[in-house]
Amino acid sequence: MAETATPASQAAAQPSVWRIALRNRSVFWGGLLLVIIALIAVFGAVFTVDPIAINPIARLKPPGDFGLFGTDQLGRDVFSRVVNGARISLTVGAAVAVISIAIGLFLGLVAGYFRYMDAVIMRVMDGLMSIPAILLAIALISLSGATLLTVITAIVIPEIPRVVRLVRSVVLTVREEPYVEAAIAAGTRTWLIMLRHVLPNTIAPLIVQATYVCGSAMLTEAILGFLGAGIPPEIPSWGNIMSEGRTFFQLTPWIIFFPGAALAVTVLAVNIVGDGLRDSLDPRIARTMR
Amino acid sequence: MSPILDIRGLTVSLPKQADRPYAIKDISFSVNAGEIVCVVGESGSGKSVTSFTVMGLHDKRALTPVAGEILLQGDNILNASDAKIRRLRGEKMAMIFQEPMTALNPVAPVGEQIGEMLEIHTSLSGSRRKAKVLQAMRDVHLPDPEKMYHSYPHQLSGGQRQRIVIAMSLVLEPVLLIADEPTTALDVTTQAQILSLIKELQERRGMGVLFITHDFGVVADIADRVVVMQNGEIVEQGPVDQVLGAPGHPYTKMLIGAVPSMTPPDRAEVTGETALSATHLNKQYGHKGMFGRGRVVDAANDVNFIVRRGETLGIVGESGSGKSTVARCVMRLIDPSSGEVMIGDTDIATLREDKLRPHRRDIQIVFQDPYRSLNPRRTVGQSITEGPVNFGVSQAEALERARRLMSIVGLAPEALDRFPHQFSGGQRQRICIARALAMEPMVLIADEAVSALDVSVQAQVLDLLEDVRDEFDLAMLFITHDLRVAAQICDRIMVMRKGVVVENGPTAEVFSNPQHEYTRSLLAAAPGHGVFDKETA
Amino acid sequence: MLFYIFKRVLMTIPVMIVVALFVFMMLRLSPGDPAAVIAGDYATAEDVERIREQLGLSEPIVVQFTKWLGQLVQGDLGTSIFSNKPVAELIVQRIEPTMLLALSTIVFAVLVAVPLGTLAAYRAGSWVDRFVMLFSVGGFSVPVFVLGYVLIYILSLKLKWLPVQGYRSPFTEGIGPFFAHITLPTLTLSVIFIALIARMTRASVIEVLEEDYVRTARAKGQSEFKVLMRHALRNAAVPIITVIGIGIALLIGGVVVTESVYNIPGLGRLVLDAVLARDYPIIQGLILFFSFIYIVLNLLIDLSYSLLDPRIRY
Repeated sequence: MAETATPASQAAAQPSVWRIALRNRSVFWGGLLLVIIALIAVFGAVFTVDPIAINPIARLKPPGDFGLFGTDQLGRDVFSRVVNGARISLTVGAAVAVISIAIGLFLGLVAGYFRYMDAVIMRVMDGLMSIPAILLAIALISLSGATLLTVITAIVIPEIPRVVRLVRSVVLTVREEPYVEAAIAAGTRTWLIMLRHVLPNTIAPLIVQATYVCGSAMLTEAILGFLGAGIPPEIPSWGNIMSEGRTFFQLTPWIIFFPGAALAVTVLAVNIVGDGLRDSLDPRIARTMR
Repeated sequence: MSPILDIRGLTVSLPKQADRPYAIKDISFSVNAGEIVCVVGESGSGKSVTSFTVMGLHDKRALTPVAGEILLQGDNILNASDAKIRRLRGEKMAMIFQEPMTALNPVAPVGEQIGEMLEIHTSLSGSRRKAKVLQAMRDVHLPDPEKMYHSYPHQLSGGQRQRIVIAMSLVLEPVLLIADEPTTALDVTTQAQILSLIKELQERRGMGVLFITHDFGVVADIADRVVVMQNGEIVEQGPVDQVLGAPGHPYTKMLIGAVPSMTPPDRAEVTGETALSATHLNKQYGHKGMFGRGRVVDAANDVNFIVRRGETLGIVGESGSGKSTVARCVMRLIDPSSGEVMIGDTDIATLREDKLRPHRRDIQIVFQDPYRSLNPRRTVGQSITEGPVNFGVSQAEALERARRLMSIVGLAPEALDRFPHQFSGGQRQRICIARALAMEPMVLIADEAVSALDVSVQAQVLDLLEDVRDEFDLAMLFITHDLRVAAQICDRIMVMRKGVVVENGPTAEVFSNPQHEYTRSLLAAAPGHGVFDKETA
Repeated sequence: MLFYIFKRVLMTIPVMIVVALFVFMMLRLSPGDPAAVIAGDYATAEDVERIREQLGLSEPIVVQFTKWLGQLVQGDLGTSIFSNKPVAELIVQRIEPTMLLALSTIVFAVLVAVPLGTLAAYRAGSWVDRFVMLFSVGGFSVPVFVLGYVLIYILSLKLKWLPVQGYRSPFTEGIGPFFAHITLPTLTLSVIFIALIARMTRASVIEVLEEDYVRTARAKGQSEFKVLMRHALRNAAVPIITVIGIGIALLIGGVVVTESVYNIPGLGRLVLDAVLARDYPIIQGLILFFSFIYIVLNLLIDLSYSLLDPRIRY
């Protein structure tokens, strides 16, 4: 007599990662906010003036007649500059997330699966982790010149160890699973086991980690700009706007507050999405992360 | 005399999304002083929910008692305030749990953890407290209580920890002891000791014991009365002799019938060709450290055996015996330290992975845990066809083979498109067997393959294993801790202890005339030996 | 135990070498002539040559590295190009404010975050929990310096409760002025730490509360408060301490920014001044110094595990 599986109350396949994720309220609202910010960043040029146009007669004006967010010491429109900065911030955040996850995933898989590589990779990661990220970035940028590319590289490097550790811990857990051993016993080649049985388990935690990396990269980029060690000062990134606003802070605090608020809201949206993803995708691994 | 515990019409509801509305429905039974009542059932029967609800320790977010009452010496616990229930716990009723490994706080000395009970409920001075704790530890026959008082849980064995938990629960001399599968996680010899300890203390103190178990052997050894539960309802209750001797309900009959007998059936000697053999197999864990401080453990020490086609060799032992190490060495999931493993004519013990791979198809394994043995992200079909495709079988042909195997293991071939989470534990074990068979192996290793299953399902999977062995002329290596299961399925048996084979012979001989003292103690410790096997012995 | 400590100390050596190698290679691998990069845009050929000599850049790279490593082991972090003083000496001069700021931040953050996280875990899903989680996600999102300016704006400029900027040493200028000046920087820098530690406390206490021994404690009739204190928190301690250790890296970055916002003459300012002056030996020396601190603190934390958890015995 043939038994069939428990009938259709569960869907035939497991629902996709994205389907689960969007059911979560934080993911939905955070994601919506993020989409709006991204749209503003992309289409900002339509409703703003030139962010680097100088206007000597309208310097340090408060929000109101001379623009929604006022003007800075060179008479540039702060609103236009802030809108423009969104594009830079999001670019840095996304680029750092993608690059550091890609590198970290590769190194983590190698370290987790090949014993002889583990010690070497992990000592290097330990070393990298012990160098304070901001100092490392400052040093790298001051040595190789401030461009968007070096800023991204300088932020990527200290993010890699965390990704490697995460991936490695997933690999170490999964490789002990009986279904992986069954695949070994079935003669499946090592790289196929990695691809088929190990890699899929890293996706959910990596998506979550990517959001956190993205958020922290945007903060680091702003901090570097603020300290005068980031993207070249003529580019209106949020960090640079705030850096220039320091001098006149007591007089015109809005030059710092508006880009600061924009940055905080953007990072908050990213982090809320991250928390939501964490809760919905992988409640177990999630708890021990970060 | 009124009973100590009287449960009347108790119904506990489950949250809406659960597969049934009630965890337990309208159950009534009582426990008298000086009596051990066993609540027995398979997983999902509601037996544990019952015990936890009595203690007020049920998960209050998911489980709500909606009807009935729980009377402890006449007081309804369901109406009691939190403070009152806290006072009753320990003073009037106490509980011991299934997992002695995790039931104790790992960062506090065990003596203090027993003392905490006195700290909560009495105003004894520190020294009086300690004296009482030591007495309680002596009562449960722990060696050297003064020294052990300061030990941490991880320094004690499973049996010792369970004794600590028992000492803790009984230090205030409660009238009711609730024991939730207290010996399930223990080895069979330790189980026998803990059971006799519970019985001894119960008789000495005249308390009532509510004993939850899935094991009819344990029931036979310890119960005065038995309550049989199925799907949250009581199907039968009565004195132990009546329920075991003349069960009234078909479910009870089925459960008792499914308990494997310790008497092996007659088996003809198998004379097929040798499929698998191990010679001087050794596996050592750990290595000498750089400064000579490392520790070496002999997980398997000079193990020798052969398995013929059509034959089942059982490796029996308690935890730490090395039985699983042997299986994993033979599978080359771990590398043996030395010795030979012959599959057919090839020694695979030291082959490099790429040279080994062609031989992998000849030897397959079914693991213990049905929930982790299948990749949850892949369909059953993908899992079964993975191996044959590795060896050059075309996708279509592999799928056809998978379909055939599904019906052989008793599942619908259409289920190949489904995911593992849609199957029960027993069904998943069947899938794993199909996956192993898809490779058309000579040797099948079953590593505790039926240990995680309910007894009724266990019997079916055992039958299936026996059928496929005969049908495909397999050599089977059957690893188990359960003597009853071994008796039923194995042609020959090897008993292992601490990495060493202590006894080896045809099953019937080992059971009827054990040579080694350890084998004898294992046989004697098997629960229910006196009750279930007397008619045939 | 002693043996383990010895082994553990030995294990930090490869990590430190990795750090040293990384810092070393950074300069050598950067595009262009390192001496010219350091000398800056207005340097003469003689300046570049002088720097090349000073850094030993003309020797073979392996020789350079071993020489340099030898100096490091003796505590020689190099010499500032502009002030010509040993970097180690400059660090000693500037270390007091940085250390005190870091210390007050950690103490304050732990005192606030651990109770908050425990409460959130115990009342998981309640409004307390949601508030703590919201605070923590917010704490991760607001950049340290923006927070600093907001606090200055409200507490110093508008309410005039606290001085705007600067630093007073508790040893030479008195405890009162010290606290008046350190309060705002501490508050600023703590926020992200409170977020980090509260989150980890919550997570690990929630996990521990599901353990069997917590159920055992309840089965004994123990009160919920004592269950939390005696059983849950003690078992949750290891991950909490660990995250504090990892947070030290974050703290060091935060200190640099905070010192800049509040005009505190500590190591952070030393770095930034060095960046502006392109005084590379100072940057290099400080990175090594901070990494060393991080490694040593995390070593101590590792060793403290055996005090917190008897299962970890060496």
